[in-house]
Amino acid sequence: MLLLDCPHCGPRDENEFHYGGQAGVPYPQGETSDAEWAAYVFVRDNPKGWFHERWFHVHGCRTWFTVERHTVTHEVRKAPR
Amino acid sequence: MTHPDFLWRNPDPKPAYDVIIVGGGGHGLATAYYLARNHGITDVAVLERGWLAGGNMARNTTVIRSNYLWDESAAIYEHSLKLWEGLGAELDHDLLFSQRGVLNLAHNQGDVREGRRRVNANRLNGVDAEWLDPDEVKKFCPIVNVSGDARYPVMGATLQRRGGIAKHDHVAWALARRADAYGVDLIQGCEVTGFEIEHGRVAAVRTSRGRIAAGKVALAAAGHTSVLAERAGIRLPLQSHPLQALVSELLEPVLGCVVMSNAVHVYVSQAHKGELVMGAGIDAYTSYGQRGGVHVIEAQMAAALELFPIFSRVRVLRTWAGIVDVSPDASPIIGRTPVDGLYVNAGWGTGGFKATPGAGWVYADTIAHERPHPLAEPFALDRFSTGALIDEHGAAAVAH
Repeated sequence: MLLLDCPHCGPRDENEFHYGGQAGVPYPQGETSDAEWAAYVFVRDNPKGWFHERWFHVHGCRTWFTVERHTVTHEVRKAPR
Repeated sequence: MTHPDFLWRNPDPKPAYDVIIVGGGGHGLATAYYLARNHGITDVAVLERGWLAGGNMARNTTVIRSNYLWDESAAIYEHSLKLWEGLGAELDHDLLFSQRGVLNLAHNQGDVREGRRRVNANRLNGVDAEWLDPDEVKKFCPIVNVSGDARYPVMGATLQRRGGIAKHDHVAWALARRADAYGVDLIQGCEVTGFEIEHGRVAAVRTSRGRIAAGKVALAAAGHTSVLAERAGIRLPLQSHPLQALVSELLEPVLGCVVMSNAVHVYVSQAHKGELVMGAGIDAYTSYGQRGGVHVIEAQMAAALELFPIFSRVRVLRTWAGIVDVSPDASPIIGRTPVDGLYVNAGWGTGGFKATPGAGWVYADTIAHERPHPLAEPFALDRFSTGALIDEHGAAAVAH
């Protein structure tokens, strides 16, 4: 089980959280083709390595926050601002 | 004592092949076999980063069924099931394919409605399906707890009698042996590190064992498909997650069918050797780590005990995880890519094993003729921009 550092509650067990997927996916601006819209809705990065992602402390303070996690080692560190 | 004959050669890669298949798991091997058998294409290499069938082929829970809701899914999974029914004889290898029946339990009114709807949809598509009431469930599988006092009472179940399990290793060995006999080179310890693309068409792959030219390249790499596709400049709507499973210690025969439950989140069968084989849902986060959280196993055990109180003192022998590539609609992606000559077969998520022969069949046909096989056509990559999704979350969200 991962240990995630909630910015409000400190380190807590993974099963208090809900996973939110890739962080920082921008909403498409202006004219958007079908392909661009499909990419926005369905396509996310899926890297083998460091990944910026969102977590929701659903069974705690209900804060959404972003971390950087390595998808092989599962090491978690604070996302650089 | 002499060593028995090896089932396949262990060749070094040639400088060029007509077709290179990336990934030596079940789907890669089946694709190679059907390229040779159905299309006479034998100048083929299967490149495997590790050893043959050592990824998800060695990690799945071997459930085989075809009772999917939508027409497109029923067609391709039923095609696969029909192939399973003749595969052992055709490959001359006992696959321990056992059509012992697959129960999908219903625990609430929503499950009952969904189950009955799926039975009717299956029958319209020529897929065998029955609805069982709780007494009939008890008769078919006596150790399931159908008591009205259960936290999640069994209100009925769908049954596909032709569903069941097979022995994954035997399937891989049999396909590998036959593909090898056709002249396909099965090359292990050979990681694809890049693609050479000229004028929009793939020309070669770069590997840990050197450059290999290719007329066509077909990805069959399951959880690592995104990593490979990125090396060809393609983004796919896939997310890779750990999917855990476990086996118990060996038991006398106690469970004669496959039991699945979406609502309580577990699926169970008993392997020929005697261990209970259980799986559940994916871990929430993306990962390539081939391991997951113990709390997922704990929830899966709790669900199993809810259904089978008799298992309360059974001990877990081992747990493991494979990396599954999940698509947004829980259906696979099969067909061409934006790079000419580069094909993709991915997104089978938690349920690729049952599709092994069917996927190999339609993928080989797609590669040979450079156009989608009719059964693969609805599963093309463009469905995410046309909107023609094939939403099988009902059939696949938990148990596949």
